[in-house]
Amino acid sequence: MSMDIEILEDDRHHRYVLNMGPQHPSTHGVLRVLLELEGEYAMNLLPVLGYGHRCHEKIAEYKPVKSFMPNTARMDYLGALIYNHGYAQLLEKATGVEVPERAEYIRVITSELNRIQSHLLWYGAYLLDLGAFTPIMYAFDDREHILDILEDVTGSRLTYCYFRVGGVCKDIDDKFVTSTRAFISRLRSRFPMYEDLVNGNVILQNRLNDVGDLNPHTCARYGITGPLLRGTGVGYDLRRAEPYSIYPKFDFEIPTATKGDCMASFLVRFQEMEQSLRIIEQALDGLPEGPVMAAKVPKKLKIPAGDYNSSVEAPRGELSYYLVSDGSDVPYRLKVRTPSYSNLSVIPEMCQGMLLSDVVSAMGALDLVIPEIDR
Amino acid sequence: MKSYFSVLFTGGWSLIVGLKVTLKALFSPIVTCQYPREKLEITPNYRGHIDLVKFDDTGTHKCITCGSCMRDCPSDCIVVDGEKREGVKGKFCTVFTLDFTKCSLCGACVEVCPTKTLDYSNEYELAGTTREEFYYDLLKRVEERE
Amino acid sequence: MELFYSLLPELIRMVVCAVCGAVIVFGNALVMGYAERKLAGHIMYRPGPMEVGFHGILQLVIDGLKLMGKQLVIPKNADKPLFMLAPLLAFAPVFVPMLVIPFSDKIQGFDLDVGLLLILAFASINVLAILIGGWSSNNKYSLFGAIRSVAQNVAYEIPMLISLLAIVFMTNTFSLKEIAAAQSPVWFVVIQPLAFLIYIVAMVAETNRAPFDLPEAESELTAGFHTEYSGMSFSLFVLGEYANMFIVCSVATVFFLGGSSGIPLPYFEYTGIVWFLLKVYALMFFLVWIRWTYPRTRFDQLMNFCWKYLIPFSLVNLLLTVVLVKLI
Repeated sequence: MSMDIEILEDDRHHRYVLNMGPQHPSTHGVLRVLLELEGEYAMNLLPVLGYGHRCHEKIAEYKPVKSFMPNTARMDYLGALIYNHGYAQLLEKATGVEVPERAEYIRVITSELNRIQSHLLWYGAYLLDLGAFTPIMYAFDDREHILDILEDVTGSRLTYCYFRVGGVCKDIDDKFVTSTRAFISRLRSRFPMYEDLVNGNVILQNRLNDVGDLNPHTCARYGITGPLLRGTGVGYDLRRAEPYSIYPKFDFEIPTATKGDCMASFLVRFQEMEQSLRIIEQALDGLPEGPVMAAKVPKKLKIPAGDYNSSVEAPRGELSYYLVSDGSDVPYRLKVRTPSYSNLSVIPEMCQGMLLSDVVSAMGALDLVIPEIDR
Repeated sequence: MKSYFSVLFTGGWSLIVGLKVTLKALFSPIVTCQYPREKLEITPNYRGHIDLVKFDDTGTHKCITCGSCMRDCPSDCIVVDGEKREGVKGKFCTVFTLDFTKCSLCGACVEVCPTKTLDYSNEYELAGTTREEFYYDLLKRVEERE
Repeated sequence: MELFYSLLPELIRMVVCAVCGAVIVFGNALVMGYAERKLAGHIMYRPGPMEVGFHGILQLVIDGLKLMGKQLVIPKNADKPLFMLAPLLAFAPVFVPMLVIPFSDKIQGFDLDVGLLLILAFASINVLAILIGGWSSNNKYSLFGAIRSVAQNVAYEIPMLISLLAIVFMTNTFSLKEIAAAQSPVWFVVIQPLAFLIYIVAMVAETNRAPFDLPEAESELTAGFHTEYSGMSFSLFVLGEYANMFIVCSVATVFFLGGSSGIPLPYFEYTGIVWFLLKVYALMFFLVWIRWTYPRTRFDQLMNFCWKYLIPFSLVNLLLTVVLVKLI
């Protein structure tokens, strides 16, 4: 990679290259960004990927489809259940396994809890990037409750492997329902505090307003989805746009903002937490009785030859699995389209001519999860 | 000119509001747990590494060496072997090891076990200095257990 | 010999002052280091240091020992003499302002006519130390921190000086003792609230504390100007920072909060120090409090705030003060 530095530094001697990462406090993992700076203005950026590459897609080609489930959780450790969901859905689509209704409800409840958890972590970490140390502790305090709830049902705290082809591996109990309801009211009561401490703060507003402008056109060119796209005024959310699971049954809004800057995606994410709470509430109210696993799931899951696609709305955007099968129980090819990868690729265009501090806030607004990019 | 001053006042007020939040937090009770000194109770549903269950009626595990767990394991971290013995129906399990360094705690082995003799342990304080410390001999563990 | 005897009391006085200055610098760093971590902890719903001694009271002692025992790493391409000089330069000048601060009516090293100027002059050396440290580290992050620090300190010294100048016009002296004594009925914070506010903001920026901690800015510049420093040379920077906090807070106390005045205690010429320290540490608490509340400002916003708000306001304040002093 030293070559890249030479290329950047070669014929523009008045500029110099700052190497940010792979160990840097605000790259959130092993992302490396080469910045070509003029003074403190970033004139050119070059993200360097691959430090955390674990060949997940290749691994998928070497083992039975069912065995890939734990790997999905490791791609995005913050949205593990949603990644589980997408993959389970893919296999159900391919093999025609029917999922019992109760299992779908449980999937939605846990996925939405997972989404809130991911947003809370982003919230804290983003403010850490912006130099506020306290909000991350408050966010983690709330997040810890979600982890406790999910640990009780899934058995793990971060890299869940809870969904199965045809349902979920463990039923929820009354304790789960009561603690989730308690959490909903707790988080609702905490939102005003976050508004006071963070969202209304004049320093934060000045740091985020008009920084990192995106427009729907740019988003379309780079394939940006999720809160960043919704921040530009496009209400595109797969839970509504291409409804999957039982999302059509619930009444919720897709928060959007119009400006497309960091503040817009910041507010969209913040409001999404409230919408997720609404979904969970409705799902808990309508939770049906019944089995949580489909009765007949073959032990050896043979995927009929052909190609299959399944998309879900991950915390950071659209997540797609694309599977090509040759008829055996091992996929011929599995392609995972992760949202962070597309979102990251806009950095060079988005951050051009920005101050170094703004590059940090723009990168934080992308909510990058590096293992998801490298996978 | 008006905005010049109004920014100052709205901004200043937002800063004061923020200070109020942290001051309130300063006098709130702490929520963390001083880990090695005090420990939180772990949920019984916690998924630790797998362990053989000791059944009360037989006084030992019920592994029949079917090898389902070995086959279903995505990471190939379980090794089971057995031999035919007089007076024992099916195979007698002689080897049951788990390479916990590779395990991803997915639970496939526990779900596939036909005799329900596999279960998750509740151990989470796992730390070691060598790789070998995580190669568990589950047969030995089930015998040592009360 | 006779000369020596005649100078002896003065010599003893100097030695005692120097020792007291050192005690204050180190003691203050210990107290503030501990208080900062405890307060930060409780603001974040966690207990802070708890392991070393009762409620972690010895944590800072242990930290100091650890830092002393660490290797002084000097980067390969660093400018070695300057690299070693910078922490000393950050640390050494903080003793001098301690000599002129009137802790109470009788506890003061020297009552200089130009006490204020002395403090401001020596406080400014800190900038030089940061510049040298950042430059000689041969690290781009350090250099950024250094450049930011210089620009920031130079800009914020202006409103700081002008706001203090308003008080100087009112009291007609630079001597800290006389300024403190001049506020016997009402503290100047009542008469000059605007100057006080401006001074507080400038004070935070001068000491490079959050939300104006741009020279350090760990999420942007990893650790800013002291990225490459380790062990004792790092801790000298920290000691210098806490000592500077103490100095600017003392100046605020002397200028706006009535110095050592307060409810009289027995032997008040000496025990006034209790009130003085109480006021200083109340201000320090405020510094810690805002550090753990706000996000960091951006560099251009910091400068804009200074040039668009603080300097015009302080100038207006100064003009009004001068006119009123002349009229009355």
